[in-house]
Amino acid sequence: MSDEPIKKVSIIVSRGSLEGIYPGLIMANGARMEGIEANLFFTFFGLYGILTKYMNSLKVATVGNPAMRVPDAKGFPLPTWMGALPGMSAFATHMMCKEMDKLDIPPVGEFVEMISDAGGKIFACKATVDMFHLTESDFCPQLDSVLTVGEFYELSAGSQIIFT
Amino acid sequence: MSDKTINGTVVTLGEDGYMTDHSQWNRDIAAALASEEGITLTEAHWKVLDFIANDFVEKGVVPGMRRMNKVGGIPTKELYALFPDGPIKKAAKIAGYPKPASCV
Repeated sequence: MSDEPIKKVSIIVSRGSLEGIYPGLIMANGARMEGIEANLFFTFFGLYGILTKYMNSLKVATVGNPAMRVPDAKGFPLPTWMGALPGMSAFATHMMCKEMDKLDIPPVGEFVEMISDAGGKIFACKATVDMFHLTESDFCPQLDSVLTVGEFYELSAGSQIIFT
Repeated sequence: MSDKTINGTVVTLGEDGYMTDHSQWNRDIAAALASEEGITLTEAHWKVLDFIANDFVEKGVVPGMRRMNKVGGIPTKELYALFPDGPIKKAAKIAGYPKPASCV
């Protein structure tokens, strides 16, 4: 392997929790900021990141997350069963959004728009679109197209593929 | 660190190619740094560079994309059109400020 600079990335976003969506968005935006071509491919529950009706109300998953601490990242470990208590997810989401806002990390809708304006491409997975009975009108206006996995590989020629 | 003469003025550049002493910066140096990036500075570019300068004085860091949009009033698309392939990095370099250290 040579140390050639990365020219193109394809980032797959497969999870629909807030902490599942953001890493892909940050990596795609970061790629564009470095002059790297970026394609974002949303699949399975990751699709919620680009559905107009839901993209701005995604939540942090507090169930089954043994790393979770309260009230902040260096606080007490949250017993995993407590993650299921009503309001836990809303609380964790509120805290995370507040911290992200301090760092000028935009809300999901605004972030997707920023990436699209930066020249990043936004794609949805056809298998999931069919499975969830979605139409193009359910998606945010930044959606470039719905792709089969074959088309995704085709447009990823020469890319690094990153699965999140 | 290395010294480089631009338009007859000696400027100190860090290993990353960004200026380390803003007091050495002036508009002619900005134009020279811009042409190294293949950019000819226009009024629209200066609006961005001036915003970075004012914001740096206030905050001590190069503003990120969202701040450029919301506070500077410069849309993302315009920034990418003015400074292609890495708008904040290129603008910060031309404006004579350090390499941006933020992820967004």
